[in-house]
Amino acid sequence: MTSRLRAALAAAATAALLVGCATTGSTASTSAKPTASSPARPVPTGLDPATRPDPFPSTYAPLPSRLTAIRGASILTATGQVIDRGVIVFAEGRIVAVGGGDMAIPDGATVIDGTGKWVTPGIIDSHSHLGVYPSPGVASRSDGNEGIDPVTANVWAEHSIWPQDPGFNRARAGGVTTLQILPGSANLFGGRSVTVRNVPSVTMQGMKFPGAPYGLKMACGENPKRVYGGRSRAPATAMGNVAGYRRAWIDAADYGRRWDDYRAKIAKGERADPPKRDLGMDTLVGVLRGEILVQNHCYRADEMAVMIDVAKEFGYRITMFHHASEAYKVGALLAKEGICFATWADWQGFKMEAYDGIEANAAIAFRAGACTVIHSDDATITQRLNQEAAIAMAAGNRIGLKITEAEAIAWITINPAKALGIDGQTGSLVAGKRADVVLWSANPFSVYAQADKVFIDGALVYDRRDPRYQPKSDFELGQPGEGAFHP
Amino acid sequence: MKRALLALATLALATPAAAETVAIINARLETASPAGTIPSGTIVLRDGRILALGAGVSAPAGARVIDAAGGTVSPGLIAPSSSLTVTEVEQVTSTRDDRSGKLSAGFDISYGVNPASTMIPLARQTGLTRVVATPVLSRGGGGDGHKHDDGGAREFAGGGGGDDAEPMMFAGQAAIVGLAAGDLDPVVRARVAVTLDLGEAGARNAGGSRGAALVLVRAAFEDARAFARNRAAYDRGETREFGLSRVDLEALIPVVEGRTPLLVRVNRASDILQVLRLAREEKIKIILEGAAEGWLVAPQIAAAGVGVILDSQTDLPDSFESLAARLDNAARLQAAGVTVAIMGSRDLNNMRQQRFNAGLAVANGLPRDAAMATVTANVAKIWGMTGVGSLIVGQEADVVLWTGDPLETSSWPKAVFIGGVEQPQGARAFELRDRYATPGAMGYPPAYQ
Repeated sequence: MTSRLRAALAAAATAALLVGCATTGSTASTSAKPTASSPARPVPTGLDPATRPDPFPSTYAPLPSRLTAIRGASILTATGQVIDRGVIVFAEGRIVAVGGGDMAIPDGATVIDGTGKWVTPGIIDSHSHLGVYPSPGVASRSDGNEGIDPVTANVWAEHSIWPQDPGFNRARAGGVTTLQILPGSANLFGGRSVTVRNVPSVTMQGMKFPGAPYGLKMACGENPKRVYGGRSRAPATAMGNVAGYRRAWIDAADYGRRWDDYRAKIAKGERADPPKRDLGMDTLVGVLRGEILVQNHCYRADEMAVMIDVAKEFGYRITMFHHASEAYKVGALLAKEGICFATWADWQGFKMEAYDGIEANAAIAFRAGACTVIHSDDATITQRLNQEAAIAMAAGNRIGLKITEAEAIAWITINPAKALGIDGQTGSLVAGKRADVVLWSANPFSVYAQADKVFIDGALVYDRRDPRYQPKSDFELGQPGEGAFHP
Repeated sequence: MKRALLALATLALATPAAAETVAIINARLETASPAGTIPSGTIVLRDGRILALGAGVSAPAGARVIDAAGGTVSPGLIAPSSSLTVTEVEQVTSTRDDRSGKLSAGFDISYGVNPASTMIPLARQTGLTRVVATPVLSRGGGGDGHKHDDGGAREFAGGGGGDDAEPMMFAGQAAIVGLAAGDLDPVVRARVAVTLDLGEAGARNAGGSRGAALVLVRAAFEDARAFARNRAAYDRGETREFGLSRVDLEALIPVVEGRTPLLVRVNRASDILQVLRLAREEKIKIILEGAAEGWLVAPQIAAAGVGVILDSQTDLPDSFESLAARLDNAARLQAAGVTVAIMGSRDLNNMRQQRFNAGLAVANGLPRDAAMATVTANVAKIWGMTGVGSLIVGQEADVVLWTGDPLETSSWPKAVFIGGVEQPQGARAFELRDRYATPGAMGYPPAYQ
């Protein structure tokens, strides 16, 4: 199952590359054809989405790191392995080697004694609103929902991120090294998500995960119809929701076709006016081309099945259903379609579409073969995704599903990495990957476990015993407590 | 009406057998009493009470013997402030009886208690045997649930709507509720406290500032005293105008007379000091809930002998009244001598968070020996419950047998006893789980199994 998903994602990535090549190719061929009778006028900057496909580029640079080895700890690699009293070595931001206690430690390494402790990959929270709904949660910083229209595919969550949200620091102290920041679920299409490295930064660009694909936040169910139905606007019902998705995809397909026609004419040296650029349509077309991953808020099993059919009607893929309280009812379907689901251990029952939520949701769908992710959607839960996974695992083991720690660690590491399209770079402890590593004081599935040290790209970014590695946000300086959340 | 009768019939059918004599042997007994933890022993339940416990105790003749096989027995957990039994679905207004809307202190939550709530069996499955149902403000105060589901709660946090009328100052009266299956009259004690949100929520309710809120509260106390002194004059319409209605004033009388506590939700250190002063000057009993910055004024809280109910997960500067929130709040308060009770969240399906929050407090400095009491004995003490909350001979047999450490993520209750009666294991959520956990062998969809 997971390999099928990986293959699908790889295919999507390849498609994206091809599209990218084709675009550059056509531009190049236009300028390389001096024989054209009337050369096409250059499109003014900003009017052609292809000329600057990454207009807010990442400026993330790994913090300084040193050759480091942790030895003696139990290592959960998130590749299905547990290594007792193992060794992990990382250098220049990358994992060099992971192995048993007999593995040689290179000269000059800073050696950390992990005896009695545990090592996991950095935790990945695939559903976060840190920065867009920051602390303190005051109205003037409530930037997560552009709740003025059911289709706001034109907005990008990264433009709402306040990098000084103290919540980033708390999440880091819980081992979170990468997060997907999403727009809220008030709209059918909430806008673009962005994946960030959890490092202190003055700018949003300084956190952006280099090369990570964008996501498109879509929302099923009660929220959009309540927000707009309450204002006597569409959508007011579940069927209104679906009509809204379909209408937008029709618009997107049409918009994409107009650009394709334009580029085909230019390529032939014909005169053509470019279609007027539409930011929202750019994002939807990005999905249709497989470049942008659909992150779909959807609680109910029957609604997930409808969304799968909508995707098939318009030829796109859903990467992950978020919240998915009823994943346990359709685990086999999710497995068959290669769609991940992200849920809480059990934060359910607070509204009708979550009424059938159960603690064993993740475990049952996991055993049915679905790609399982535990997410937070919450500035508190994100600090303890390890416990959230533990609770979900225990609920499965209570009914004999025999879920191991080696399996459950994937729910908060490599599986969310897959769902964010970054599993080639992080999410498991494999030589060559980014050295995103957490050293835990105890078995991370224990309620008593704490992240002792957190590394991002091999750099120590948090140390529970060293205040120099407990960064405070600008907001926290001079405040009562001064962000000193550590005992 | 017919539906109600049916529900009653179902409840009657679900009533378990009467209290029997039970001996749980080979158990680690976490007593939440000065006796501490007995590494291996026996506990005997008879006639609904704890008959004996200890290392040298043996099972009496005729007792049903349960071998704990090294599992832990703890007192039943008590949720110190919750909407359980008075709300079914948070966002379905018609199922919410945890807030008044119009009445102030007079609102009596006990009338809305529904023993048929599907959330009660689930709560028992995380070891809860009792709950204190406390009223909240419609737009949330210190007792607000976590804001999940991006777009839902946030979207409507500042919105209008017909269901967010707020009572004047006080949210109403709390009740202690038992969670035994089949108990048609589960209210142990009604009107055990009047609740009051101060800080930002209270200021908002009073029109915008803390100064207004505290003036209104003090005026209400004065009115209640004046009313109590001369009901006859009030009935004749010969008193000055009071800010609250007659039923609200009536409810405040036991508070101003110091017989019933005022549960105050407050977070900022300065607000806590104001509340302590209010209690001192008005000679009223108080309980604090929230207290995110409590550690900053721990000695003052301890000196006042005031108990604190807190959520140990609170560590974000989520608002300008919780800038100093810390994960070791519980540990610091306890070290200063404050009686601390740990709550979960108010989300009904997540009652289990209470025991994990006690574990989290331990991870952040609370001695493990003191942790069990924060979800049992300390809750009982703060709320003035007698005969429950600890494993002590003579106390009510509200006990839980766990597969392991009660505060661990990997443990669950093997058996729950309330008043010595073993509770059924079922819950709606478990039936859903079991329907889908095993793929159908018959070829029928799960709904037909």
